[in-house]
Amino acid sequence: MKPYVSVEGIARRFPGLTVFQDVWFGIARGEFVCLVGHSGCGKTTILNILAGLDSPSDGGVVVDGQEITGPALDRAVVFQGHALMPWLTAEQNVGFALSCRKPGWGRARLREEARAVLAKVGLEHAADRKPAMLSGGMKQRVGIARALAVQPKMMLMDEPFSALDALTRGSLQEEVSRLTTEAGQTAFMITHDVDEAILLADRILLMTNGPEARIAEVLVNTLPRPRIRATLHHQPGYHGLRDHIMDFLVTRSRTLAGAPPEGYDPRDPPIVRLAE
Amino acid sequence: MQAVPAWKAALLSLAILAVFLGAWELALKAGAAGGGAAIDPEYAALLGQAAQQGGRTPMPAPSQIAVRLWELLRDPFYVRGPNDQGIGIQVAWSLGRVLLGFLIAAVVAIPLGFVIGMSPLLNAALNPFIQVLRPVSPLAWMPLALFTIQDSSISAIFVIFICSIWPMLMNTAFGVANVRREWLNVARTLEAGTWRTAFRVILPAAAPTILTGMRISIGIAWLVIVAAEMLVGGTGIGYWVWNQWNNLSLADIVIAILMIGLVGLALDRLLGLVQRWVAWQE
Ligand SMILES: Nc1ncnc2c1ncn2[C@@H]1O[C@H](COP(=O)(O)OP(=O)(O)OP(=O)(O)O)[C@@H](O)[C@H]1O
Ligand SMILES: [Mg+2]
Repeated sequence: MKPYVSVEGIARRFPGLTVFQDVWFGIARGEFVCLVGHSGCGKTTILNILAGLDSPSDGGVVVDGQEITGPALDRAVVFQGHALMPWLTAEQNVGFALSCRKPGWGRARLREEARAVLAKVGLEHAADRKPAMLSGGMKQRVGIARALAVQPKMMLMDEPFSALDALTRGSLQEEVSRLTTEAGQTAFMITHDVDEAILLADRILLMTNGPEARIAEVLVNTLPRPRIRATLHHQPGYHGLRDHIMDFLVTRSRTLAGAPPEGYDPRDPPIVRLAE
Repeated sequence: MQAVPAWKAALLSLAILAVFLGAWELALKAGAAGGGAAIDPEYAALLGQAAQQGGRTPMPAPSQIAVRLWELLRDPFYVRGPNDQGIGIQVAWSLGRVLLGFLIAAVVAIPLGFVIGMSPLLNAALNPFIQVLRPVSPLAWMPLALFTIQDSSISAIFVIFICSIWPMLMNTAFGVANVRREWLNVARTLEAGTWRTAFRVILPAAAPTILTGMRISIGIAWLVIVAAEMLVGGTGIGYWVWNQWNNLSLADIVIAILMIGLVGLALDRLLGLVQRWVAWQE
């Protein structure tokens, strides 16, 4: 049986540059997977391919038994640069997404539902503001609300919390985790924040530096749920995970780049499960 | 530059105007006292009637112009036969032609610009035509228009149409072609569809650029209508200027210049308001 999302040997090449190649991984239904790697290694490109916004130069992606050929409402995207429409208020931005999912809804209904979704990310008070009048973190939250609004089967998130302060970030991480779990959504998230990955992910994909980046290994997050951000660092196993990821980011993402090590099978990258 | 209070600028404007009008008035008074300026014979021939009137300079003083302006504005909309109509009527004729030609141009240029902006192929294919036709003076079209349309008033409207279409076409195409990729991606992931994307994403994103084009267009159209009406005659502020030149009433011409300027300003401000309304900032 194939997993819900099956990434099969994708590569992305630009003239004179192979960003990554021979990337294989799967995401089970309801699973939360984080992708970690240095800037420029091709994370956003992978996410865009999963979204259907970009197509791979080689290979393909199968979602729910069907190869994807373009974007779909079932896979909502939280964009790295929030991508809000500046001529619409926060509420209208969310409302636009809702109106695409529910073309039959009237204005009043859209308004009401959009406000309800904004309330979930704690922004009901800013519903009537345009993006220019929102802080960076607020814009990101509107972007998250817009993705949540269409009730997708899968959330694709590109560093969704990067512009947030630690406090808001914590509460939103818990919120997103709760909402995706409640809705049984599958989630794929790019992050630079190691704690965030440990808090949210079931598995963490570690990517080597580009060009010709690879999934170097897949780290299984063995910490039991529910995980609470405030007490995360007291949980047994937390420091092992954190050290492993930090080691990877600091040294191994660089040393593993380029030619793969002996016995590396791109279809089945080493699975790392840390003993407690 | 430092911001200056509006009243200061207004005060200075008034002062400049007062000095200018005062100097004008005084210069003419001095000339009249000196028994009238000597007139160059060629210029006299050009003036025709005026020369026969004894070589008095027909240049009016601001005070005379003000009196005439009062006369004209007291009853701007009178109609006494085809050749004697109030200045308000004349301006209305010109405005009507400009608005009609401009609106038809907008109806053609904006959808066409949209399509060109969306399709790089069409853009490349139509670009040579646009580049060649755009710099042609709209008045060069006049003979062709008169010949094919056989109606002077419609020809004037056609000339307005042809001169206002290019800025709108090019700005619309540019605005549409340069809509941020990320907004289009949002629409794609939401499966927004062609029409919803066109009207809810591309149109508002490109609206400020389109409005800039419309503003340039209406400015050009208002410039061109005066010349066009001088050529086709009959009615309109351009015709009126020409007519007053033949009557040698320079006061009327000065007044017409003032009116043309003020109406042009109003048109520009009007579109400026719309532009403010569709503007967005990041
Ligand atoms: N259109 C393009 N043409 C050429 N190269 C491109 C293009 N788009 C992306 N790239 C290259 O692909 C590589 C991966 O880009 P990508 O945006 O996926 O990186 P990323 O991992 O998301 O980085 P970050 O963490 O900074 O967001 C970069 O080296 C970039 O220069
Ligand atoms: Mg990125």
